[in-house]
Amino acid sequence: MNLDFSILNWSLIEGFILKGLWFSITLTIVATLGGILFGTILALMRLSGKKWLDVPAAIYVNGMRSVPLVMVILWFFLLVPFIIGRPIGAEYSAFITFIAFEAAYFSEIMRAGIQSIPRGQVYAGQAMGMTYGQNMKLVILPQAFRNMLPVLLTQTIILFQDTSLVYAIGAYDLLKGFETAGKNFGRPIEMYLTAAVLYFIICYSLSYVVKQLHKKIAIIR
Amino acid sequence: MAMEWQVFCKDTLTSEIVSGCLGSGRDSTYLNWIFKAWGWTVGVSLTALLVALLVGSIIGVIRTLPNSPWLTRFGNAWVELFRNIPLLVQIFLWYFVLPALIPAMKSLPSFVLVVLALGFFTSARIAEQVRAGIQALPKGQRYAGMALGFTTPQYYRYVILPMAYRIIIPPLTSESMNIFKNSAVAFAVSIPELTQFALQAGEETSRPIEIYLGVTVLYVISALVINRIMAFIEKRARVPGFVASGTGAGGH
Repeated sequence: MNLDFSILNWSLIEGFILKGLWFSITLTIVATLGGILFGTILALMRLSGKKWLDVPAAIYVNGMRSVPLVMVILWFFLLVPFIIGRPIGAEYSAFITFIAFEAAYFSEIMRAGIQSIPRGQVYAGQAMGMTYGQNMKLVILPQAFRNMLPVLLTQTIILFQDTSLVYAIGAYDLLKGFETAGKNFGRPIEMYLTAAVLYFIICYSLSYVVKQLHKKIAIIR
Repeated sequence: MAMEWQVFCKDTLTSEIVSGCLGSGRDSTYLNWIFKAWGWTVGVSLTALLVALLVGSIIGVIRTLPNSPWLTRFGNAWVELFRNIPLLVQIFLWYFVLPALIPAMKSLPSFVLVVLALGFFTSARIAEQVRAGIQALPKGQRYAGMALGFTTPQYYRYVILPMAYRIIIPPLTSESMNIFKNSAVAFAVSIPELTQFALQAGEETSRPIEIYLGVTVLYVISALVINRIMAFIEKRARVPGFVASGTGAGGH
């Protein structure tokens, strides 16, 4: 069969692709920021040394990590409207799911980051008379973030790829945009191919940037 | 909210509760169906794992070969290609695009296509682990093999690979667990595995909570079993003093 990419013009991109691309990017950014925030809280809970904080956080993190993301997406799509008592769209449910799910993954990264800080730094902070909160905020977390930045960004790239899984609940993301365009113009093969190429270009360039950053941070350390 | 676990004992056609919960012959219950779906998940995952280990090992090894810049470049390109495209998109490529471009692929059953998609996707990640494992070995091991007069295939076969595989078992464990989780994406091309079952049975019975819970438990059990098996292998094969570090964040 012959490939025909002639349908791929600006009006198609404007009409079908941009909306999906915008959603995928927003979802990635919101889930990364929310995931890092809640992930850091989970990591602090697990490192607190208090059983009543550690155990629930560990159950949450390990539970999320042993279930496929698609199942988690379906769960939240089903349960969130049930809990808040009114239907919400697939898009909003995707935001909540991804923040909740990625928090589990980011928490493991942050935990490793916090543990990578030499104990002496903690003692130094304590010797200066800092409280636990001050010590975390001023000494430990900034260094943990910097050390873990490449890993956090790698996880963000994986997250961007995973946004395509909102297909399961029919949210309109980048992949859905290409699929809809392909169906409407009778050229699904070309549209799937273009989607693959676009995802590749985005993820490859991002991982190149992360690699450069990794080198830079390796020098600082 | 009351749970109605009898939903699993219902006949899939008549929706009547079957005594003993398991149907026989053509009358199957949702319990029969979920086990069959679990079988598909296990089947897809294990076959894909086999493909991924085979292809990943080859790609991983050729990326570390001395004096073969083109092979190394091919290996690097392979890894970049397969890990920078989302798995779902890759499944669509194997399922819709490749058969349209290569007519011979039209006759392949969808099981094979999904296994190839999942296997090749994971092969890129395993290739990374294999390469990291080989490069984690001290250079002296390679030179020792050479000094003994081994050819390149020989010192890989007798010196480097036996060591490398044993030290990368921990990262391989998480890849094996990932492949089970990632097999869920096969729902998109109607492979009758657990997620596809969850979608269909949840709709049919109007009891999605019970159905999803059942499926989730089976995924967790699968992950635990794989984890235990790999832990056993790791214990038996551990090389004292060698621990390979994973490459950081895992996939989903």
